[in-house]
Amino acid sequence: MTTQTVLAAAGGVSGGEEVTFYILAPLALIGAIGMVVARSAVHSALWLVLTMLCLGVFYVLQAGPFIGMVQIIVYTGAIMMLFLFVLMLVGRDASDSLIETLRGQRVAAVLLGLGFAGLVGGGLYRALDGVQAVGLEQANAEGNVQGIARLLFTKYVFAFELTSALLITAAVGAMVLAHVERRKEDKMDQVATMKARFAPGNYPGPKPGPGVFATSSSVATPARLPDGRLTERGISTILPVRELTAEETSLKGTDK
Amino acid sequence: MNAVYLAQDPTLADFGKDPWWLVLIKVVFAFVVAVLATLLGVWFERRVVGRMAVRPGPNQAGPFGLLQTLADGMKMAFKEDILPKAADKVVFFFAPTISVICAVTALSVVPFGPMVSIFGHHTPLQVTDVPVSVLVLLACSSMGIYGIVLGGWASGSTYPLLGGLRSTAQMISYEVAMGLSIVAVFMTAGTMSTSGIVAAQGDATRLTILGTEVPAPGWYAILLLPSFIIFFISTVGETNRAPFDLPEAESELVAGYMTEYSSLKFALYMLSEYVAMVTMSAVTTTLFLGGWRAPWPITLWEGANSGWWPLLWFFGKVIALVFVFVWLRGTLPRLRYDQFMRFGWKVLLPINLVWILVLAGLRSIEGWQTRDRLLATAIGAGVLLLATLLWPSRKPKPKRSLQEQANSRPHGSFPLPPMDLQVPPSPRTKRVVAEREPANVTAGSDSREV
Repeated sequence: MTTQTVLAAAGGVSGGEEVTFYILAPLALIGAIGMVVARSAVHSALWLVLTMLCLGVFYVLQAGPFIGMVQIIVYTGAIMMLFLFVLMLVGRDASDSLIETLRGQRVAAVLLGLGFAGLVGGGLYRALDGVQAVGLEQANAEGNVQGIARLLFTKYVFAFELTSALLITAAVGAMVLAHVERRKEDKMDQVATMKARFAPGNYPGPKPGPGVFATSSSVATPARLPDGRLTERGISTILPVRELTAEETSLKGTDK
Repeated sequence: MNAVYLAQDPTLADFGKDPWWLVLIKVVFAFVVAVLATLLGVWFERRVVGRMAVRPGPNQAGPFGLLQTLADGMKMAFKEDILPKAADKVVFFFAPTISVICAVTALSVVPFGPMVSIFGHHTPLQVTDVPVSVLVLLACSSMGIYGIVLGGWASGSTYPLLGGLRSTAQMISYEVAMGLSIVAVFMTAGTMSTSGIVAAQGDATRLTILGTEVPAPGWYAILLLPSFIIFFISTVGETNRAPFDLPEAESELVAGYMTEYSSLKFALYMLSEYVAMVTMSAVTTTLFLGGWRAPWPITLWEGANSGWWPLLWFFGKVIALVFVFVWLRGTLPRLRYDQFMRFGWKVLLPINLVWILVLAGLRSIEGWQTRDRLLATAIGAGVLLLATLLWPSRKPKPKRSLQEQANSRPHGSFPLPPMDLQVPPSPRTKRVVAEREPANVTAGSDSREV
């Protein structure tokens, strides 16, 4: 057992613990405020990472090294990383949209938040009121990790397994919802792709580039075949077909 | 005699008693190890890869080219530090430092040796140890990912962003496999502290072979071989080293997340990569190769595991592992990204889970009667056998011959050359033969065979 654990168990506060707390507590608060205030979504996530890191260190100081490290590995290392992933894929300039997409979302959110706060507060009140704390010394008697393991796999094993089943169900559900299953027949391997490519009626060569032998080098200009006809094969299908306005067809005046 | 050597093993109670200057010395020592490891590691890698490619490698600056990395580092410091216009300036600056800090911090819980005496203080040769040291290592490596992903994002450019995302996905995936292979070590050692794991690998059972007593190896690399293999593969993935260096695949992503970095910031990324390689080797040594403990033939000498000698064994093992890293780079081509991810999730992970299950089963029947133990093993083996026998087989369809395939093509298909096509010999070979001078123009009567 480290000195910190022993000291915390004895109820004393060592100098090192105090110094660490006074350095990290403002940082944790700054992180929390920064998360709300920050304009960019990625910065907001980074501020949250700072707060979570500080919390992890606080847990270690409070004689819970296991939960502190798990906080850093799971929350900071994995969950916030996934948040960042999504934010970066969405784009760096994505800022908060103030338009309510679901009607009554805010009211529901406020109500649910209040309800959750009430639940947590009630639970804490009951825990502080009725339960006699045995103290850290006894809880960590055979080691912090071993103590947590004993409780998790004996007294709370049912709740633990139920929670993990719930989490797995949620994860599998999310995967099923997001996954597009392709039938086995629809999957084309290399041989099938090549057969389709050389099937009669399909030209196996590369598509003509847009604007090749055409009057303009725009990607929207159809290519011209050797016999002079225009072909639409060179144009990407995502380009919408539209009529040009008179302003667009006139000279731009770029070459004076 | 045995008791004397056991006393050399530091326990968790030995930590946290050092005066401040001793802590400072240890911290500086760990940091110097990290920096020196980079300086020598780059040189070592270039020399070894050079030798493998049958060329000398850097051999000009200093003896054996030892100062080459230093010279490169000096040059790097004087290069222009470019800040891209679209970059997020603060994050761009902090990202490489996060990488370096996380890589170096991990060294603080690695045990370099047993209890030694420094200026009269009896202290373990390790910066610190906590009951959850191995989790500290995992936390460091998971925080190190931030350096890469933020560097990629803050560059404000496409290739770095893609490289950063790719490397993050890779490191998160392989961290799962890595964490699972450490579980087997926890289960066998019964502790998460690194000094405890090293101590647990020391007390080996003794085997009697041909009348002589030989200590059975206590290394987890041998006892938990599947975990060791998976752990080492994951460390290669975790450090972004070849053949798993997909984030820096030059042909696809320029230099990945560090494309926009230059000068000292680039040097920091370089530093963190090599420190991570050395740290991971040190962690592998600690968890699986007995840490600072001497291997068997050396342990015949009784003083092998005491005093400062273990430092030598420890660094010997680390250098051997770093050599394996370099060897892999010199040997294997880079994997394709989807193959690499499939390997991590669909091969390493299931094997690891099954292995942990088997190990847990073996450990839980350890104390049973011999008859019960045999019965339990037989039931397990029977279930495994049934599963293998009843597993739905995927028999491939009989392959059609080329002629059948050609005949089954629809009318009007792309024309094929005839099946019995004789390729005429290349006209070029004929010309070569024709241009050659006949060899026996001036042949004498006694050398007709020329």
